[in-house]
Order: sequence, then structure tokens, then C-alpha cells
Amino acid sequence: MHKRVVFRHRLLPYLLIAPQLVITLVFFVWPAGQALFQSVLLQDAFGLTTRFVGTENFQRLFADATYLHSFRVTAVFAAATAGLAIAAALLLAVMADEVIKGAAGYKTFLVAPYAVAPAVAGVLWLFLFNPTVGILAYLLRGAGYTWNHYLNGGQALFMVIIAAAWKQISYNFLFFLAGLQAIPRAMIEAAAIDGAGAGQRFWRIVFPLLSPTTFFLVVVNVVYTFFDTFGIIHAVTAGGPAKATETLVYKLFNDGFIGLDFGGSAAQSVVLMAIVIGLTVVQFRYLERRVHY
Amino acid sequence: MVERRPAWTATKHGVLALGVLVVAFPVYMTLVASTHTAQTVMGRLPLWFGAQLVDNYAHVLRVGMGSGSAPIGRMMLNSLVMAIAIAVGKIAICILSAFAIVYFRFPLRMTCFWTIFLTLMLPVEVRIMPTFKIVADLGLLNSFLGLTIPLIASATATFLFRQFFLTVPDELAEAARIDGAGPLRFFGYILLPLSRTSIAALFVILFIFGWNQYLWPLLTTTDEGMYTIVMGIQRMVPTGDAIPEWNRVMAVVVLAMLPPVAVVVLMQRWFIKGLIEPEK
Repeated sequence: MHKRVVFRHRLLPYLLIAPQLVITLVFFVWPAGQALFQSVLLQDAFGLTTRFVGTENFQRLFADATYLHSFRVTAVFAAATAGLAIAAALLLAVMADEVIKGAAGYKTFLVAPYAVAPAVAGVLWLFLFNPTVGILAYLLRGAGYTWNHYLNGGQALFMVIIAAAWKQISYNFLFFLAGLQAIPRAMIEAAAIDGAGAGQRFWRIVFPLLSPTTFFLVVVNVVYTFFDTFGIIHAVTAGGPAKATETLVYKLFNDGFIGLDFGGSAAQSVVLMAIVIGLTVVQFRYLERRVHY
Repeated sequence: MVERRPAWTATKHGVLALGVLVVAFPVYMTLVASTHTAQTVMGRLPLWFGAQLVDNYAHVLRVGMGSGSAPIGRMMLNSLVMAIAIAVGKIAICILSAFAIVYFRFPLRMTCFWTIFLTLMLPVEVRIMPTFKIVADLGLLNSFLGLTIPLIASATATFLFRQFFLTVPDELAEAARIDGAGPLRFFGYILLPLSRTSIAALFVILFIFGWNQYLWPLLTTTDEGMYTIVMGIQRMVPTGDAIPEWNRVMAVVVLAMLPPVAVVVLMQRWFIKGLIEPEK
């Protein structure tokens, strides 16, 4: 789509676009290029000499058990968080779509967690699950279950999944609600007249019509757990105990800034970039399809 | 609402109320904890508000948390400056570049467009090391410039404005041109006022994005006077040995949530518009 009416000016468009272009080149394109460049170099232990090593950094990375482990952790984390946040949000959106009285009140409460920073959401749940002062840990103890996420890796992962999903429900809820409200009432009424119950109407009509929204949310939620949850991990578990919650981004940060392994962390950056580009392409191909839909 | 069945309506309200309860519970417990003394929080796991509200909040706002921490009031101010600078900066540079891309034909126009598009694929998390190095080389560590500028380019905002400009009738630009208005006059007197709703919607989203930044302030600020509240919290979480002051930590957590939550709740209409619309 293009404008029929345009302005003619030789210099002005460049001046207008310059600020964004300069920032993009200096802080986005150049660093990404640096990461690509660094990922094929290896520095000696004193940082005095650097030599070209080709794909050696990548080979080392994928031979490294801790890296493969953090891939698995991230996959479990993303799948569980996305699944939980999407299922809960869909349930609440379906309920809220048909409710008339008090709808605005429910919505306000359900939307608010969107504004809470991931790190802060992590601390909220850390407080509830804290083995000495947390009410949830206390209740679990009462039920005969020992909770200590400082020692138990599975419990720590569970806690960060809950915190990450809690924050993401708001976003998913709003998109499902918008998707539900776009479904023509006539379709649902026609089904009801044909004798379809509430369950059948949902699974045969509403859910299939929502599938573009669901697919979009799956991609967005995966991107969110890959990248935005760094705050939760860093503030709450610091990747521990024993690397049980070490996600890819946390490992990149840890190896780069704490371990000072430049070649290795650059290679990790490149792998992550490939993942983001893949996810973005998937998302856009789907968005384009939806325009024709 | 297709059928009228009171039991089903009650079920729906029940599920929603339960959802609200689960969503609000951690926030409620945080509020409660922030109104007690440290001993009460440690010993009794209180479920109702205490009497220490003013005391706890006044202490963290003015003094801070323990040694080596700036007053929380200072951190909130830093967060506010960062959030507003990011929101305003992004809107300003994105609306200008969208204007250039939509209303002008110039060589390399599509190249510029795709370069901006690239930023969508490069979140700060994947390019932290090299970006940090550039900011350090430019001498921008521990400054608001270093804190905000590397986050300011945004493909999404540019797209939103581009999308919106494409829906503005051509006749408006035509009429402006016939009346002798140049591009800048057209932008200032016609396009900008028309974009008010989009700007308001984006501002809400970007303010929250800016306020909630974590990794970038963590890397670029080493001076306590420059800490932002969201990244500062991480240093306060009790880790073991000392007597944990959960009451005050939770007061800080409440203060860190308050501004963005207030923005979302008060500007809900703009917020939902800004969130849902760019995806359409």
C-alpha cells in the first residue's frame, strides 16, 4: 500500500529518518555484527591475541553439557509457562466474554499484572514460597510436603514458571477477549438453535475461530519466556540451585559478564539471534496469512 | 449470552472471581507484609494489615534498604526519568521516520525501512555484550543517555504510525499542498493532531516497557545514585544470614509496582488499544 499524494523534498526525508536510523545502526546493527564477528574468534587467556577459529566456538558450545542443559531448561520453562498462561487466560476470557454485570471490574483486576515487571513478579512469588515466611510454603508443609526451592531444583523451576505465567495471563486474556468479541454472534446463536450445548459451541465453533489468536499467542509467549523472563531468573533464583533454572539468556549473561568468555558468549548471542529471527519469521508469515483470511 | 441459565451464569462469575483471587493474592500478601514489623512477618505470617505502614514506607523512601542502597525515592525518580525518556524518545523518533517513509519517495527508502525492521529481531538480551561495549566506549555508563538511547529505536512503534498514516485520507495531504503548506506544516498542523490517540496508546505501553527494564540498567549502572527501582530490588532480596527485613522489601516492591499499575488501570482504554491494535 502506498500513498498517492507525496511530498517532494530532497533532504528532508533523510533528516526525518536519521535519528532512528543512526540509533538502529549504532546500537542494533553494529553490535549484532560484532557478535557475529566475535563468534568466530578466540581470545587467549590474557586477552592479548585473538585468532580466527571458524566454527570452533559453536562446536564447543554444542558439545558443552551445561549449554544443552540450559536449552532443555528453557524449553521446559517456555512450554510450561506458555501452556499455563494460555489455558488460564482462555478460560477466563471465555467466562468474561459472556458476563455482563461486573465485567469491567474483573477486567481491571485481570489486566493489572501486565504492568508488573518480571523481576517484581518473581519477588512476589518468592515471598509466598519462601520456606520461612511464605504462606504457600507453610500450607504445603501443613499438607506434609517439604518445600525448599533453595535446595530443590524442580521446585525452583516450578516457582519461576508460576511467576512468569502469572504475569503473562493479562496479555493473553486481552487478546483472547478481543478475539472472542470478533466472532459473529449469529454463528453461535445458529449453533444454539441447532441444539449445540455450551461445550459443543466452544469446541466446534469458538475454539477453531480463535486458532489464529492462539497461534499468535503461542509465539509471543515463547518469545516472552525466552527473553523477558531474565528478570525473574536473575532476581529470584540466579539460575540455581545447581543450574536448574539457568535459561539461555541467563547463561549468556553469566558466561559473558561473570565468566568473561567473549567468544563463547558471542556464539550464544548468534544462536539466540537465529531463534528470534526464526520466531519473528513464523509470526509474520502467519500475520500475512491472516490478512487474506 | 445465548441462553438464560442462572446456574451457568453463577459458574461464570465463580470462575472469574477465582481468577481474580489468584491474580490478586500475591499482591495482597505483599501489601499486608509491608504494613508490619520485620519480627511479625517472620513469626506470625500475618494475613491482615498491621500498623507499620507509614513507618516502613517513610523509611525506605528516605533512607533506603540497608547499607549501600540509595533512598528508594531516588530510585523511583531514576525509573521515572528513564521510563518517560524512553517513551517520549521512541514516539518522537518513530513518528518522524514513519512520516518520512509514508509521505516521501526517496532513494534507499526501502533499505531504511528494512534496517528499522531488523530491530524487531534484535532484543537487547541477544546483543548485550557488544552493546554494552559500545555504550562503555562512548562513556555513557551511569548516565541517563546510556540508560535510554540504546533502547529507544523501535520497529513496532514505527509500524504502528506507518499503519495509521496509511489510513489518513490522501485528500488531506492534497488540500494542504494546494493551500501551500509544506511537509512540516502538514505534519505539525494535520498529522500530529490526528495521531493523538495512537500517541496516547503507545505512551502507556512504552512507559511500562521503560519502567520495567531490568537487564540493561543492571549492566550500565554501577553507581547507586543511578539505580532504578526495578533492578534495585534484586539487591534487597534477603539471601540468608542477616535478619531479613521482608516488611521493608515488600514496601519497595509495592512502590515498584505502583506507578505502572496505576498507569494501566487509569488509562485502561488507551492501554488496550495500544496493545491490541498494532497486531491487527
